[in-house]
Amino acid sequence: MSSSAGTTLPAPKSRRTKWFAITALAVAAGAFVFIAFGGIGENLVYYWGPKELRAAGRKAVGATIRLGGQVAPGSVKLGDGVSNLEFDVTDGTALVHVVSRGVPPQLFRDRIGVVVEGTMTAQGAFESQRLMVSHDNKYRAPADKNVDMKTLMRSTQGLDDVPAPRPAVAGSSAPSSPQPEPESR
Amino acid sequence: MIPMLGRALVLLALLAASGGALVGFATGARPTALGWLWARRLAYAFAAFMALANLLMEYALLSHDFSVSYVAHVGSRSVPTWVSMVSLWSSLEGSILFWGLVMGVYVAVATRQNRDKHPEYMPYAVGVWLACGAFFSFLLAGPAQPFATVPGPPLDGPGPNALLQNHFLMVIHPPFLYSGYVGMTIPFGLACAALLVGRLGHDFIRPLRNFLLLPWIFLTVAIVLGGWWAYEVLGWGGYWAWDPVENASFLPWLTATAALHSALLVERKGVLKAWTVTLVIGTYLLTILGTFMTRSGVFNSVHSFTQSAIGPTILVFLAAALIFAVVLLTLRVNALAPEGRLETGPSRDVVFLVQNLLFVLFTFTVLLGTVFPLVVEAARGVQMSVGRPYFDRMSVPIGVCLLFVMGVGPALPWGRATGRQLRSALLPPLFTAAALAVLGFVLGVRNPWTLLALFFGGFTAQVTVSELLLPVRQRMRSHGESFLEAFGQARQRGQRRFGAYIVHAGALLAIVAIAVSSTMGTSKEIQLRQGESTTLGAYSLTFVNAERVSEPHRESVLARMDVSKNGRPIGSLYPRMNQYESQREPIGTPAVRTSLTEDLYLSIHNIDPGNRTVGLLVLVNPMVGWIWIATAIMALGGLLALMPAWRGARVPVTERARVATASPEGSS
Repeated sequence: MSSSAGTTLPAPKSRRTKWFAITALAVAAGAFVFIAFGGIGENLVYYWGPKELRAAGRKAVGATIRLGGQVAPGSVKLGDGVSNLEFDVTDGTALVHVVSRGVPPQLFRDRIGVVVEGTMTAQGAFESQRLMVSHDNKYRAPADKNVDMKTLMRSTQGLDDVPAPRPAVAGSSAPSSPQPEPESR
Repeated sequence: MIPMLGRALVLLALLAASGGALVGFATGARPTALGWLWARRLAYAFAAFMALANLLMEYALLSHDFSVSYVAHVGSRSVPTWVSMVSLWSSLEGSILFWGLVMGVYVAVATRQNRDKHPEYMPYAVGVWLACGAFFSFLLAGPAQPFATVPGPPLDGPGPNALLQNHFLMVIHPPFLYSGYVGMTIPFGLACAALLVGRLGHDFIRPLRNFLLLPWIFLTVAIVLGGWWAYEVLGWGGYWAWDPVENASFLPWLTATAALHSALLVERKGVLKAWTVTLVIGTYLLTILGTFMTRSGVFNSVHSFTQSAIGPTILVFLAAALIFAVVLLTLRVNALAPEGRLETGPSRDVVFLVQNLLFVLFTFTVLLGTVFPLVVEAARGVQMSVGRPYFDRMSVPIGVCLLFVMGVGPALPWGRATGRQLRSALLPPLFTAAALAVLGFVLGVRNPWTLLALFFGGFTAQVTVSELLLPVRQRMRSHGESFLEAFGQARQRGQRRFGAYIVHAGALLAIVAIAVSSTMGTSKEIQLRQGESTTLGAYSLTFVNAERVSEPHRESVLARMDVSKNGRPIGSLYPRMNQYESQREPIGTPAVRTSLTEDLYLSIHNIDPGNRTVGLLVLVNPMVGWIWIATAIMALGGLLALMPAWRGARVPVTERARVATASPEGSS
């Protein structure tokens, strides 16, 4: 950039132009960084289980949240048409009531692992904008721990549903495990 | 047998690459003809061993040799042959092996093309390439071993991930992506060589730019193919979600695009040398960062099929490459002093600078949004992601500015422009700009950013077309040629420039199409019983019935949807749910009816043939088809711009040979 300082301008003026350019650039960059970080702060998507969602309290109202957990047994109420699906998401200890207005995915049923993207309303129900189900039908709410959102997310995207590796196959551990298993070879 | 042979080939490739890297660097420091000869031989040997290892793996995949660990992992007797063939890049180990092949080809071609050119730079460049090659060979020899022996091999394997079997685009997307990603190694090596030599001569900027342009074309196509695949397969109705893996491919594209432009200033004016070299090096580092993000499993992404324990190893390589680059840049950056000066004031030069800054800003924005969750998780243990609104909010203004700059830059003359020149350059394009914006408004566009995109799109379109035709008009006037004659001549004589403007035409079309498709679409979700209908916009859809289809590797349920537009039937669409043998749960395949104006997109959320109900997502997406067309135009333009260089690389040798054989006869 410094080389852009005037070709036809006399020297002292050129130096001033240079400093002006550098200052302008710094201010622009600063403003940009400020906007970028501000933009990030407002647009974070939190990955929470029911327990963490409850713990967040008022902070959860209006924020974008990906709520992960298991559909609580017996909680599914499917109303008429599309717009009246209600169920509870649990992690074994806490419950969150979810209201969905979309068409549920094929696998949606009792006890399945779900990730619901949406926000908490002031009335205390979770309003779903997008409902994803885990492709891993062994998923169970962890009860004593927080929901491992990462593994759950991956399994909702159908990426981890590789059948259990045959014992003879080396190094083909299901890629889901957050801590990769030691590869045997 | 095959596992052992494979491991031997990988080790030989590792040996050739590490040996060649040492010879390359040594020869760069103290040039000898012998050293250069051996650096080249080892580069070819690396390429050959990688090619053989890939052939061997293909053979193992096609013959279902489950004693090879990779085949046992992704192979299956029940999948079609083409799936077996492309399984090479369907999982981690195989894709690194394929990476090695692409790298070998690039290194061999780049070495051969420059074997008797740039003698002071080339040994260093080969050294850097092979050092990178050695790292990937090392991955194959250890952390990502595809040729491990399976004791007591199984009779059949699980087959590759079902999402990969679901669409043909997955067959061509990875090769393009790797050709783009891996290809960035070549300009990286050339840039490092320039720094090591301490000079970036006018002659050397050409191979640098050309070897940047080639992987850039691949990467451009690959990014869009990835989006297209997501659109046709994932069923949520969009093509880009600012997913970390998508961003990983987009980041190096941004810096590479910036570098292609600043390289032009290096070539024309001898300025911005250090800046260009930095951009090229940054591009390579971003490809490695992208590889890390994709392969390490640190992100949740719909695109990362391959993840494993190689993350830390790649991170170490990234750190090493970063330190090497930073040290090299600090030590040598002063050697790349500018030879000329940039004009200030309103001129094309300044617009080039603005354009470069915009691309760097864009890179920074996307990088920030992508790695921010990682940093937060590492620091505070909180899991989160940065939502789409952030990326949209930041990228839309930058995209519109880029569109504007793409029009203003070419309209302005090089050097300082007078007020009159400015007026005659910038006023006429306002006509098309206004026309397009008004047309958009009449057709219902109300989003101010979309209107702005249409306005600048029109401006840029007029500038681009008139720049394309400028030499044609000049020839018609000065040579009295017909339009077609002049067009052919002008294209041939200024092919690089011609190609560049074709790329601009494609890019502006893409930006406008993205702006329109992402703001003007409509959608609805609906549950239908057999015989029921629903409408969206001009379309009316009737759920006729659910049909079962059986294929060797999958069972599907299709929903037959009869579609009519404005009351006239236009055929049936068959969105489907597929049940793969290797996967417990079904995967949907949306049905898309593409036309030049808009796509009708049907995606099944749930289907119950027994109860005769279907839950559907229906979208009308305007102009999406134009994104694919625009990408093809960009790729074509890139190839046109590259062709003279390719011809040029071959011609001198034969020309020289002809001259050499001809001259003795002539003198006798």
